[in-house]
Amino acid sequence: MEKSRKGPIIFSTIKPFAGLKESLKIGRSEVLDQVRNSNIRGRGGAGFPTGVKWNLTATATDNKKYVICNADEGEPGTFKDRVLLGEYAKLVFEGMVICAFAVGADEGILYLRGEYISFLPELDKTLNQMRKDNLLGENILSKKGFNFDIKIRLGVGAYVCGEETSLIESLEGHRGEPRNKPPFPTNTGFNGHPTVINNVETFAAIAHVVLKGATWFKSFGTDKSSGSKLISVSGDCRKPGVYEIPFGTTLKKVLKMVDAKDTKAVQVGGASGTCVSKKDFKRMIAFEDLSTGGSIIIFNQKRNLLDVAENFLNFFAEESCGQCTPCREGIPVLIEKLKKIKNIKATKGDIEDIFSLAETMQLASKCGLGQTASDALISILNSFKKEYTLAKS
Amino acid sequence: MDKLCSVPKTITDGKTNVTICDAKRSQLIPVLRKIQEKEGYISNRKMQEVAFSLGIHPVEVYSVVTFYSFLTIEKKGKHIIRISNCITADMAGAKKIIKTFEKELGIKLGETTKDKKISLEETSCIGMCDQSPAALIDGKLVGKLTPQKVKNIVKELKK
Repeated sequence: MEKSRKGPIIFSTIKPFAGLKESLKIGRSEVLDQVRNSNIRGRGGAGFPTGVKWNLTATATDNKKYVICNADEGEPGTFKDRVLLGEYAKLVFEGMVICAFAVGADEGILYLRGEYISFLPELDKTLNQMRKDNLLGENILSKKGFNFDIKIRLGVGAYVCGEETSLIESLEGHRGEPRNKPPFPTNTGFNGHPTVINNVETFAAIAHVVLKGATWFKSFGTDKSSGSKLISVSGDCRKPGVYEIPFGTTLKKVLKMVDAKDTKAVQVGGASGTCVSKKDFKRMIAFEDLSTGGSIIIFNQKRNLLDVAENFLNFFAEESCGQCTPCREGIPVLIEKLKKIKNIKATKGDIEDIFSLAETMQLASKCGLGQTASDALISILNSFKKEYTLAKS
Repeated sequence: MDKLCSVPKTITDGKTNVTICDAKRSQLIPVLRKIQEKEGYISNRKMQEVAFSLGIHPVEVYSVVTFYSFLTIEKKGKHIIRISNCITADMAGAKKIIKTFEKELGIKLGETTKDKKISLEETSCIGMCDQSPAALIDGKLVGKLTPQKVKNIVKELKK
C-alpha cells in the first residue's frame, strides 16, 4: 500500500531506515541541531517546538529516559494516524528510534488507542522484523551502547488520554486525569523519568528531516509554520480522506481539492476547533492562522450548525475527566443554554452568559479539553448569527 | 502507594488465570484489559484480587475501571458493537443505522441481548470519519454501514 500517496514530506519517497543510518553517522548533537533548525512543531495540535522538547530531554540528567509516541488519536474528524500506522508504521518507528538516539533513551512506548486494536498484529510484526534487522534491541546497527526497544500499550477508550500528562497517568495505571504543569514530561515524565512525547505524525516526519535536512524541510510551509500537515477531511465532500498539504494552504484550496460543493462552514481542528464561515475561506492552515491537529469537517448549506455544536458539547460532556470544576460543571450549562437557543427561548442575557462562562472555562480549566470545549459553540454564535433567533426577553 | 511485587503472581478464581509478571502499578490497565476481554466485565472479586496483588486499595482499582469506557463493571455481551456518535456519522445517517441494529437485535442502544451474546453501544469518534457511518465491532473498524450491511453483520454475530 505504501507509496501510493503523494505529498511534499511525509508522503514523499524515502528509503526505509535511511534516516536512522544518517543519524548514527552524523551523531546526536547534529541530529538535535537538524530537528531544532527545521523549526518542526508538534503535529498533534498544540504545536510545541519539537527541537526544544528533544533538547530539554537530552540535557536532563537521568540514567533512564523514555520516548513515547502518542497514537491516542481521538479528536472527532481525525484519522491521519490510522493511515500512518496502517501504511507508514516503519517510518513512525524509525522516528522514535532516531529520537531515542538523540535524547539518550532506551525504552519506547507506542500508546495506541483501544479503537485501533486491529492494527496490533501488523505493528507487532513490524517491530519483530526491526528487532531481527538490528534496528531495535542492543547495539542498534552496530552502534555500541545504543540500546532501544519499543513496546505497544493499548488505551481503553478515553479521549482525554491524548493529553500528554493524562497519557502518562494512564500508562502508570491511574485514571487518565491531566497533571499540573510544570513539571513537564521532558524532565518528569513516565515513572518520573525524562520523557519525549510526540504525535505519530511528528515522528513520521523526523527521518525526512534528518536525511534531507532542515533547509529542505523549511522550503515548505510558511515562515512560522515550516513543513507540511496531514489533514483528515470528512463531511460534505466528494473525496474525503487524508491529504498532505504544505502549511499556508488556504481552506478554499482544500475545499477544491476534495471537491466540496455548496459549503456553508468548515470545522477546523475537530470538536475543540473553530467553525469557519465562507468569508474566511481564504484563511490558511498554519499555526499562526487556523491551527489544527488535522481535522477538517465540511458542512453544506443543509446542515444545522446548532446541531453540530450540540454534538460537540455532548462529546465533551462524555469525555471530560471530571477533575476540574470549570470543565465538569461548565459543559452541561453550555448544553442547557444551547438547547434554549434551539428552542428560541434564549435571551440576550443567555448569550452573554455563554460568552462569560466560555471565558472562565478557557482561563480556569486545567487542560486543553476544558479550555477548548466552548470554542466551536462560540465561533458558531459569532460567525453564523443567521443560524439562530433570540427570544424577545 | 506503588508497592511493587518482585515475584510474578497468578490470579485465579478456578476458571480464569491471569498472570501478573513484575506486578507494578503500571501493569494495572493491561491486566484489567485482559480480564475484560476474557470475562466481559471486571467483577468485584477480580478488582479485589488485582488490588491485593498490586498492593493497592480495591477502591483504586474501581476508580480506574469506572474511568475508562472500555472497562466495565457490568457484564457485556460476547460481541460488542460500538457505533460512532461522531458528527460525521450523524451526518451520514447513523440514526438509521442504530435503528436497524436495534430492530435486528431486539434491544435498545446501551443494552445487551438476553443471552448475553451481543451488546449494542455508542462511542466517541473512532477515526473512521471518511467512511461514516462506522462502528467498532469486536475491535474491528467497519465503515460505510448501510441497513443491508447491518443485517448481514447481525446475522453473522448471531451464529
